[in-house]
Amino acid sequence: MTLAPSPQDFERFLARKSFIELGAADRAAAILDPGTARVLLGPFDRLTSPWLPLQGITPQSDDGVTILRGQIDGAPAMVASIESRFQGGSMGEVSGAKIAGALELTLKDHLKGAPTRPVILFETGGVRLQEANLGLAVIAEIHAAIVALRPHAPVVGVVAGLVGCFGGMSLAAGLCSHLIATPQARLGMNGPEVIEQEAGVAELDASDRRLIWSLIGGAQRAATGFVDTLVEDDADAIAQAVRAAFAAGVGAPARTEQVEAYLARIAAYDPAQPADPLAMRRTWGEGEAA
Amino acid sequence: MSDSVPGAESLGRAWLNRLAGVPGEAAFGQPSVIYADAKLGADTARFVAVAPDPNARFPRARTGEVGLEEGWTLARLLRETRTADDDTPSRRPIVAVVDVVGQAYGLREEMLGVHLACAAAADAYAQARLAGHPIVALLVGKAMSGAFLAHGYQANRLIALRSPDVLVHAMGKAAAARITRRPVEALEALGERVPPMAYDIQSYAKLGLLHQLVYGVNAEAPSEADVERVRAAVQDAIDDIRRRGDTDLSSRLTSPEAQHLRAASIEARRRLAQQWDADV
Repeated sequence: MTLAPSPQDFERFLARKSFIELGAADRAAAILDPGTARVLLGPFDRLTSPWLPLQGITPQSDDGVTILRGQIDGAPAMVASIESRFQGGSMGEVSGAKIAGALELTLKDHLKGAPTRPVILFETGGVRLQEANLGLAVIAEIHAAIVALRPHAPVVGVVAGLVGCFGGMSLAAGLCSHLIATPQARLGMNGPEVIEQEAGVAELDASDRRLIWSLIGGAQRAATGFVDTLVEDDADAIAQAVRAAFAAGVGAPARTEQVEAYLARIAAYDPAQPADPLAMRRTWGEGEAA
Repeated sequence: MSDSVPGAESLGRAWLNRLAGVPGEAAFGQPSVIYADAKLGADTARFVAVAPDPNARFPRARTGEVGLEEGWTLARLLRETRTADDDTPSRRPIVAVVDVVGQAYGLREEMLGVHLACAAAADAYAQARLAGHPIVALLVGKAMSGAFLAHGYQANRLIALRSPDVLVHAMGKAAAARITRRPVEALEALGERVPPMAYDIQSYAKLGLLHQLVYGVNAEAPSEADVERVRAAVQDAIDDIRRRGDTDLSSRLTSPEAQHLRAASIEARRRLAQQWDADV
C-alpha cells in the first residue's frame, strides 16, 4: 500500500461496482447467478408493519427486507437482504419474520434433501424500537434458525456498510458459519450512541468516528478473527467471496463453538489496560494482518 | 438502565436457590454464572442463572449484565451439560432463571466481541434444545435485550412471574428515548397503546410468546407455597415440551394470543412458504 498506484490500479478502481451504494434488492441480485433472481413477498403482497402506522410512521411495502430465491454457482440459493434506508435496517415484526421464515424454509429444504444455500446481507441497527419486543422475539427466532441450519449448509453473512450490524443482529452475524465484511462495515453489539448513553461519554464519545472504526470496523474485525473475509466495496468481489464460502462447505466449528479458545483469550486480557485495538491485533490476530 | 446497585440481592440468584433447594455454585469458578442440579418431578434438572458479581474483572459486568465472561461461561456450561447427556436415553431439563439487566456496555466489551460472547451462549442453548434437552426460561426479574437473547430466549418454553419486577424489553427506557428522539413519558404512554412497546409483563403476555404467566406469586419474598407453584409451572412446561416433542421455537407462534398480536409474523411465514417453490 506504500507504492504509488499503477495504471492498472486506476482501471480496477474505475471498473469497480460499489456494493454499498446498491439498495437491498440489487445487493441480493448481485450475489445470485445472473438472471436467476426471483423476489418473494414482493410489494404486491402489501405485507407491512402493523405497528408503525399506530405511531405516525409511514410503513414500506417490503418492511425493509427483500427475500430473493435464485442460484449460486448453479445451486439453489436464498438471499435475505436488509434495506438500511428504511428505518435504519431495523428489525420489526414483519421484516424479521421474513428473514426467520426464509431460513426456516431453507432448513426444510435441507431436511427433505433439496439443499438451498442461505445468505444474509446484514445492514441493521438491530431491534426496531417502535416494535421493540416483537423485534427482539423475532431476532431470537433468526438465531434459532441459523443454529439449526448450520450443520446442513454454511450460513454466509455479509456486512457491507455503511450502517453496519448492531444489537441482536450482531449475534446473528456472530452465529454465521462464514462472515464477510468491507472496511466500511462496523460490527458490534452496542452502537456507539447506546454505549455513550448507558456508560457515559467518558467511556465512549459517540462522535469519535476514527476511534469507533478502529475498534469495530471491518478491517479490525477481520484482523482479530471476528470476520472471515475482508473485501473491498465491490459487488463482484463480494459475490466471489460468498461463492468461495459455499465451495468450502460445512467444516470447521463455528466461531461461537470455539468456547475454550475464547475463554482463554478473555482470561488473558487485563481489563485495567486501556482499549488498544492494535495490541489486540497482535495478540488475537490469526495469520497476522499487515 | 440498571436500577440495581453492585452487590444488591439478585432475584435470579434468590429464585435459583429456592427452586433448587441448594445454593447455586459458580460455574467453572465464574461467580456471575451460577448453577445447581436438583430434583424436579422425576428428573434432576439443571438450573442456571446470571448473578451480579461486584468483584467481576470487567467493571461493566458487575451488576447482573451478560458480558464477555458471562456469555462464554454460559456457553461452556450449556455445552458441557449437553455433551454429558450424549449417551443418556432422556436428556435432563434445563431451567434458565432469568434476571439480567442487559448486555455489558463498554468499549473493551465491544473490542473483545461481547456480541460473540452472547451469540455463543445463545448457540449453546439452541444446540442443547435441538439435541432434546427440554429448556424452560423462567422470568423472575429483568429480561433485557441482548442479555435475554443470550440467556433464556432460546428456550423451548418461556414462563414468567406476574410481578412488577418482571419486565422484558429491547432497550432501557432512557436509551430508547434518546435513540427514538422521544421523551421518556411519551415512550411510556406509547407502551399503553402499542403492546410490543410496553415494558411490563402483562403487556408482553399478550404477544403470545409465553407458555404461562404465573399469577399471585411474590417475586421478591416468595413463600414456600409460591415456590411450589412456580416449580409446578416449570414442570408443566417441561411436560408440554416432551408431549409435543418440539425442539424449535414454533410454539411461540401457535398460542391463541399469537394468532392476534403476531398475526403478521404468521402471515409472512405462510406466504413465504406458498411462494417458496412457486414458478412465478
